[in-house]
Amino acid sequence: MIKERYLNISILALFVLIPAYALFVDEPFTITLMTRAAIFALAALGLNIALGYGGLVSFGHAVFFGLGGYAMGILAYHAQNYTPFMEWPFVIDGTKSMPIIWLVAVVISALAAFLIGVLSLRTSGVYFIMITLAFGQMFYFFSISWSEYGGEDGLSIYVRNGFPGLNTLDPIQFYAICFIILSAGLFFVHRLARSPFGLALNAARQTPQRVVTVGLDPTRIKLIAFVISGAITGLAGALFADLNRFVSPSMFSWQLSGEIMIFIIIGGVGRLFGPVIGALVFVGLEHFLGGLSEFWHIYLGLLLLSIVLFGKGGIIGILSGREVKHG
Amino acid sequence: MSFILIAEQILNGLQFGIMLFLMAAGLTLIFGVMGLINLAHGSLYMVGAFAAAAVAGATGSFLLALISALIAAAAAGALIEILVIRRLYNKDHLDQVLATFALILIFSEGTRWVFGSFPLFLDIPEYLSGPVSLPGGIEYPLYRLVLIVVGLAIASGLGFLITKTRIGIQIRAGENDREMIAALGVDISKLYTIIFALGAALAGLAGALVGTIQSVEVGMGEPVLILAFVVIVIGGIGSIKGALVGGILVGLTDTLGGVFLPRFFALFLDNSAATSVGSSLASMAIYILMGAVLIWRPTGLFGARA
Repeated sequence: MIKERYLNISILALFVLIPAYALFVDEPFTITLMTRAAIFALAALGLNIALGYGGLVSFGHAVFFGLGGYAMGILAYHAQNYTPFMEWPFVIDGTKSMPIIWLVAVVISALAAFLIGVLSLRTSGVYFIMITLAFGQMFYFFSISWSEYGGEDGLSIYVRNGFPGLNTLDPIQFYAICFIILSAGLFFVHRLARSPFGLALNAARQTPQRVVTVGLDPTRIKLIAFVISGAITGLAGALFADLNRFVSPSMFSWQLSGEIMIFIIIGGVGRLFGPVIGALVFVGLEHFLGGLSEFWHIYLGLLLLSIVLFGKGGIIGILSGREVKHG
Repeated sequence: MSFILIAEQILNGLQFGIMLFLMAAGLTLIFGVMGLINLAHGSLYMVGAFAAAAVAGATGSFLLALISALIAAAAAGALIEILVIRRLYNKDHLDQVLATFALILIFSEGTRWVFGSFPLFLDIPEYLSGPVSLPGGIEYPLYRLVLIVVGLAIASGLGFLITKTRIGIQIRAGENDREMIAALGVDISKLYTIIFALGAALAGLAGALVGTIQSVEVGMGEPVLILAFVVIVIGGIGSIKGALVGGILVGLTDTLGGVFLPRFFALFLDNSAATSVGSSLASMAIYILMGAVLIWRPTGLFGARA
C-alpha cells in the first residue's frame, strides 16, 4: 500500500524522466507520445472534476475538446490565409499566438459548458448521460456540415502556432509547454478539491438533500463544476489540435468522450492523478499493443472489462487503497 | 413539392422509425427491468446482420438468414448476459457504461477478425423486391412496406406479451420493484437472461432486415445505438409504447427534416447556404427534439413521473 502522495510524485516524475531520456537518446517520437499523453491527461483532468468530484457522468465531454480544437483551428486558419474571421460589427483577425488561442478556447468552452450545463442539469442519472451524449452528437454533425472549415475532411494548420520566446516545432519545447500546463491544472484541481467549493461539490455528489438543508444549492455548485471542467478540457483540445496541426469533426465524436472516461476509470475515479496515469497507460497500450496486433482493441476491451469487474478504483485505487469512497 | 414525394418520405420515415423501435424496445426493456445501460446493443444488431449475411451467402435463403440472425443475436445476448452483464446489475451507471463500451470494442474487433474489414452483401430476396402501387399514384418498394408491417406486427406481439402473458406480468413487476418479485419467488436470473436474449433477438432482427438496404459492416450498430437511446429517452425508459411513439417521432423527424429543411431554407436563402444550413439543422434535429422533450418532460413522454 503506497501512500497516494508518493504515488503522485512518482507519476509526475515519470512525465519528466521519460521525455528527458528520450531527448538524451534522440527519440523525438517518444516525446510526441508523451505530449499526447499529457494532453489527454489534461482533458481527463477536466472531466474528472465533473465526473469524479461532481458525480456527473458526462458522455459528451468531447464537445469541449472539439470546441477548443476548432477555436484553435479557425483562428489559425484565418491567420494563415490572411483573411479576417469577422468583418462586421468589428474586425476580428485570425491569430497564431498560443496564449491568445488558449484564452479563446477556454472562454468558448466555458460558455458552451454553461449553456449545456443549464439545460442538462435539469435531468439526472441516465437522462443526464443521454442529454450530454446528444449535445456531443449535435456538435459532431454540425461540424461535419460546416464545410467552410473543412467539414468532414477537417482542417490542416501548416505551421504550429507560436509561443513567445520558444520554438514550438521542437518536440521537447512543445512538450514542456504541455507539461507545465498539465502541472498547473493539477495544482489547480488539488487546491479546488480542498477548497470550500470542492468540499461542497463532494457533498453534492454524495447527498444533495443534505447540501440543501445546509443552505447551499447543489445544482448551482454542479453547474460551476461543469463549467470549470469544460474549460479545462477545452484547453486540452486546443493543445491537441496544435500537436497534430489538424482538427476534424472526430474531435467531437462520442467514442472520444468514452475514451476520456476510460482514462479516468483506468487511473481511478475521483483521484487527483487518476486521469494522468490513466492517460499514460492508455497511450502506452495504444502504442505497444497496437504494434503487436492489428486487433489490439480486443485486448483493450478485455482489460477494461477486468478493471470494471474486478479492479477496485483503478490503478491508484489498487496501489493506494480506497482512501476515497466512491459508491 | 408533390403529394407523392411527401407521402413517400412519410413512409420512409415510418419505416426508419419502426426499425428504430425494434432496437429501442430491447433497450428499454433491459433498462426498465434491469436498470442496466447496455451500450453493446449496437453490437448485437451487428451480430444479427452478419449472421444473416453469412447464412444468406451460404444457403441463398432469406428466411433462413432471418431465423439465424434471431438465433445468433439471442445466443450472443444470453452469452454476454451470463458472463458479463450479470455482474453489473448492482454497480453504478458509470461501470455499466464502461463495461458495455468494452464489449463493443471486443465485438467490433472480433467481427473484423472473423469476417475481415470489407462489408458483406445481403440482398433483398426476389419475392420481396420491386415496387408496389399504392392509392394516390405512389410507387413504393415492397420490401420497405414489408418492414413496416413486420415491425408493427412485432410491436403488437410485444404489447400482447407485456400485457397478457405471465412473463409480461413479471416484466412489469420487475420494472416496478426488482427486489419484491425476487422475494415473491420469481427466478430473477432466469428472467433477466430471457429479457436480455429477447432484446438481443429484436436487435439482431433489425440488423438483418436493415442490412439489406444498408451495408453490413463493422460499426454499423453504433449510429443506430445512439438513435435508439434518443428514442427511449424521448419515449420514456421502460415503456414499449414510448419506444414505438418515440421511434416513429424520431424516424419521421430525421427523414422529413433531411428532405424538407433545405427546401424550407431555400425560400429565403440562396441555394448553397440553404443546403448547408438545412442539412446541418436536419442532422441536429433529432437531438434538438430530444432536448426539447427532456426539458418539457424530464423523464420522457411515457416514462415514470419522477
